[in-house]
Amino acid sequence: MPKNIRFVQGNEACVEGALYAGLDFYAGYPITPSTEIAELLSERLPERGGKFIQMEDEIASMCAIIGASLTGKKVMTATSGPGFSLKQEAIGYACMAEIPCVIANVQRGGPSTGNPTHVSQGDINQARWGTHGDHSIIALTASNHQDVFKMTVDAFNMAETYRTPVVLLFDEVVGHMREKLIVPEKGELEIVDRLRTSVAKDVDYHPYLPREDGRLPMSDFGGEHRYNVTGLFHDMWGFPSNNPKIVSGLLRHLVDKIDNNVQAITRYKEHCLEGAEYILVSYGSSARSAIHLAQNRRSKGEKIGVLELQSLWPFPVELVKEKCAGAKAVLVVEMNMGQVLTQVKAAVKNPDRVFLANRIDGKLITPSDIKQLLRVIQGRGV
Amino acid sequence: MINRIRMVLSGSGGQGVITAAIILAEAAVIYEGLNATQAQSYGAAARGGATRSDIIISDQEINFPEVTQPNILVCLTQEAYNTYSSIIRPGGTLLTDKRFVQLTSKVDAKQIELPMYETVMEKIGKPVVFNICVLGALIGITEVLKPQSVMAAVADRVPKDFLTMNNRAFDLGLVLGGQFRR
Repeated sequence: MPKNIRFVQGNEACVEGALYAGLDFYAGYPITPSTEIAELLSERLPERGGKFIQMEDEIASMCAIIGASLTGKKVMTATSGPGFSLKQEAIGYACMAEIPCVIANVQRGGPSTGNPTHVSQGDINQARWGTHGDHSIIALTASNHQDVFKMTVDAFNMAETYRTPVVLLFDEVVGHMREKLIVPEKGELEIVDRLRTSVAKDVDYHPYLPREDGRLPMSDFGGEHRYNVTGLFHDMWGFPSNNPKIVSGLLRHLVDKIDNNVQAITRYKEHCLEGAEYILVSYGSSARSAIHLAQNRRSKGEKIGVLELQSLWPFPVELVKEKCAGAKAVLVVEMNMGQVLTQVKAAVKNPDRVFLANRIDGKLITPSDIKQLLRVIQGRGV
Repeated sequence: MINRIRMVLSGSGGQGVITAAIILAEAAVIYEGLNATQAQSYGAAARGGATRSDIIISDQEINFPEVTQPNILVCLTQEAYNTYSSIIRPGGTLLTDKRFVQLTSKVDAKQIELPMYETVMEKIGKPVVFNICVLGALIGITEVLKPQSVMAAVADRVPKDFLTMNNRAFDLGLVLGGQFRR
């Protein structure tokens, strides 16, 4: 038996993943159903020399991690819907100033304070467009604890690679339920560290001048170089500019650096997908029900498969198009009014063969909920 | 052994239902190398409110973590019994404690009433270990896991000074349940 075997909540798997990835600094304001992340980190981070701070609210928490990231730390905050709303302005700042950070949103029912203790997946579009203005963003998700761990590590790696905020979209069911987690040994998973500038002390450092490969090496703020950081459009020194060329160049860069790397960012899993006539596209806890159903029906000879998405933004259009090409029908299984459904419809060739299997009452969608709709689509009655 | 066991533990907040459920599932994962999930209904009310925890133990992958028809159902309050007794899987096992639950109907399952609370109060005098006695009884009846696996999981979670008391409660339950071994 592996010695690193644990029996934990999904929120704890997220904490383990964050620590594995090298988290140094956490600022947050506790909110159900994400509270265990803050609770556990308040104990674990100081133990290894990291810093935990409970701020006065979610806005301040987001700002605190941005500041800490600039000084060279790997940072994270965790929240749920209402707190995620409050963080949006600062997330936009992190997009604009290109500051690596990870935001975990353990989703509950919304809008507003909504349904605090119950599951939902209603923040998919908010993760994409919660902050104003054109930008791109990375959002990852997971349906089981091993993947929660892995996606959390990936989130930190992508934040550093692309110098961007990365959103982890978990949900109440995955966050609170307990199951097995095998914590990988050190070195088993790749860790991306901060790319720091090689410019010597007292030599001019341009924080926003890309290297040949397009990446922007950072300098720990408050350290060897003086530079400016702003939420305004800015030049290579980081100073505000409204020069049309600089404005358009920067905006294109912010979008392209992520959207041109969809393939590298895309994370997914296939379950019984080979030769599937009916494909369930799902993610997070609802994927567990979809997989349960597919495995069950496969054993009875029905050709049903699951495409489990683990990266939702940038949306893996080509992947969905390719995997769903031969399907008689596609069912998007999610716990909202069809947020990923819209993306899937836009991606596939026959959008009229894409259907929504959802549940929005705070209960986890069940395999039989999906089965009932599937039977109607298959023309097998109700 | 069946390759998938579905259990529901129900009672009221403060009885240690959730803790017992976690210990059981943890024992399966850590000490027997099985897969297990533990999920719970989660609301604003905790102490005194109705609580329910779903546990699935399997040697295979577990996806959907909720239990619709438990093989094993434990009801530790009348309210829990009234609410959940009808969901039991035909041929399953229903465990209740006489002090808290009066059986009102016959279900297609083995109905076992044990004086767990009374025994704990008589022999130990501390109601806090009632849930561990229930765990012992559950293992005694079903032999789902090895007693030593569950005890090891109890030892991981219980403060050292209280371990002896918990061990005793577990053993008392084991003996009570053992009479009804399936």
